[in-house]
Amino acid sequence: MTWHAIMRRLERIGLALAVVALVSPAAFVFLWMLSLSLKTEIDNIVYPPIFWPSEPTLKNYVQVLSENRFPLYFWNSILVTGGATLIGLLIGVPAGYGIAKARATRLAVVVMIARMTPALSFLIPLFIAFQWLGLVNTIVGLVLVHLVITVPIIVWVMMGTFESQPQDLDDAALIDGATPWQSFLLVALPLAKSGIVVSSILAFIFSWNNFIFGVVLGSKDTRTLPVAVYNVLTFEQLAWGPLAAAALLVTLPVLVVTLIAQKQIVAGLTDGGLKDG
Amino acid sequence: MTRRRYGWFALPAVVVIVAVIVFPWAFTIYMSVNDWNVSGTVAFAGLDNYRTLLGDHRFIEATFNTLYFTALAVALPIVLGTAAALVFHRKFAFRGFFRAVFIMPMMATPVAVALVWTMMFHPQLGVLNYLLSTVGIPPAAWVYSPKTVIPTLVMVEVWHWTPLVMLIVLGGLATLPREPYEAAEIDGANAWHRLRYITLPLLWPFITVALILRTIDALKAFDTIYVITQGGPGTASETINIFLYLQAFAFFKLGYASAVVLIFFSLIVALSLLLLHVRQKSRWNA
Repeated sequence: MTWHAIMRRLERIGLALAVVALVSPAAFVFLWMLSLSLKTEIDNIVYPPIFWPSEPTLKNYVQVLSENRFPLYFWNSILVTGGATLIGLLIGVPAGYGIAKARATRLAVVVMIARMTPALSFLIPLFIAFQWLGLVNTIVGLVLVHLVITVPIIVWVMMGTFESQPQDLDDAALIDGATPWQSFLLVALPLAKSGIVVSSILAFIFSWNNFIFGVVLGSKDTRTLPVAVYNVLTFEQLAWGPLAAAALLVTLPVLVVTLIAQKQIVAGLTDGGLKDG
Repeated sequence: MTRRRYGWFALPAVVVIVAVIVFPWAFTIYMSVNDWNVSGTVAFAGLDNYRTLLGDHRFIEATFNTLYFTALAVALPIVLGTAAALVFHRKFAFRGFFRAVFIMPMMATPVAVALVWTMMFHPQLGVLNYLLSTVGIPPAAWVYSPKTVIPTLVMVEVWHWTPLVMLIVLGGLATLPREPYEAAEIDGANAWHRLRYITLPLLWPFITVALILRTIDALKAFDTIYVITQGGPGTASETINIFLYLQAFAFFKLGYASAVVLIFFSLIVALSLLLLHVRQKSRWNA
C-alpha cells in the first residue's frame, strides 16, 4: 500500500470512530430505557446491572396501561397537542403569508421574542386570568396555552416558506383579478405543502413534549402524558420497570416521527433554529 | 401592491399573540409592583418586591447557579456540536440513520429522558457508576452531592441540545463556497489550516446564532433540572427558573415571582434582539 492509501484508510477509520462516539450516548440512553422497561423488577435491581433481560417481559407495560389511567392521559395529550397544532396552523399559516408579503418585520420580531421567553413568565399571569375565566384544569385552557408553543413555530417556518416563493406567481393571480385571499388559497398555499408539513411536525413535537404548562394548569383529570409520567416517579419511586415503560410510551410517538421524518425535521430546524417555547 | 391588505392575514395571529403573550407581559409588570397571595388579595407594593429580591440570598445564589450552569451548557455543546456537524457533513454509509439517532435526544420528551437519567444516576444500582467501575474509575455522587450536581445536570443538557448546534452548523456547512478550498489546495494548505483559516471563519455567523440560541435555552432550562433534582440537594442546583417556579407555584408569592420574571426577562429579551440582529446579518452575507 502506498503512503497515500494508508492515510486514506486511517481517515476512514477515524471518521467511523467519530460517528460511533457521537451516536453512542444517544443510543445508549434510549436502549437502556428499553432494557429497563423489558426487565423484571428483580433483574432491574441487581448489581452489576444486566443489559439483556434474563426473561424479557411486557408486564411493566401492562401494569402502566392498566393502573395509571394512562389511556386517559394519552387522550388528553392527543387533544391538547392536536388542538393546539390544528388551531396553530389555521392561525399561523395565513399569518406567515401576510408577514412575508407585507414584509412586516416588526411582527416577526414579536414572534421571535415569544420563542425566547421562558414559559414560566407566561404562566403566572395566565394562571390568574384562567382562574377568573374558569379555564384552570380544563383541556380548553391547556390548548390555549399550548398556542404559545405552536403559533410562533408555525409562523416562523411559514414565513420562510412564503418568502422563498416567487412574487410573480401572486402578481399574476392578482392581475387576473384574484383577491389576495384567493391568491393565497389557490396559488401560494398548494405550493407551500412541504413548509406546512415541517411546521406541523415541529409544532406537534414541541407541544407534545411540554411539561410545565400541564403541571401548572392541569389537574388529575386533565393532565397530559409528561405530567402523568412525572407523577409515576413521585409515587412509585423505586419501581424502575414500570417507570421506564411509562417514559418510553410517552416519548415513543415523538421518536417514531423523528425517525420517519428526519429529513424534513433537519430542513426545518437548520433553517429556523427553532425549538420549544 | 398595498401592504395593508395583507395585514388581515396576520390578524388572528395578532389576536392570539396579544392574548397569550403581550397581555401576560403587561400584566406581569402590574403584578410585580403589587403583593399577591393565595387568597387573592392585592396590595400596592411599589418597588418593594424588587428591593426584597436584590437582598434575597436565595435569589443571588440562584443567579450564580444559573450563570455557572449556562456557561458550561453553552460552551460544551458549541464545541461538540460544531465537531459533530463537521463529521456529519462528510459522506458515509447510513448517514441519514446515524444523523436521526444523533438528533433523537433533542426530540425526545425531556421529562421521559430525565426519568431515565435519574435511574442511571442511582449511587448503588445506577448503570453509570457501573460503567465507571469497568474502566477503573471510583463511583461518582452525580446529582447527590452539591459539588457535582451542576456539572451532572450540564451533562444531561449537553446530551439534549448538542444536536441543535449540530443542525445549525450543518446548515451553515451546506452554504460554504468551493473557491477558497480550491485556492487552498493549490497553495498546499493541510486539513487543519483549511479548517482553521477557511471553514471556521465562514461558519462563524452560524456558530454565533447557535451560541445565542444556546445561551437563551440554557438560561431558561427547566424540565430536566426540575425532574431530576428540583433544585437540590438543598438549593445547590436551584437556577433562577426553578426559584421562579417555587416562588410562584409552591409558595404562591405571585407578585414577588413577577418581579423575578421581569429581571430574568430583560436579560433574555436583550439577547433575543441581539440574535435577530446577527441572524439578519448572516442572511445578508449568505
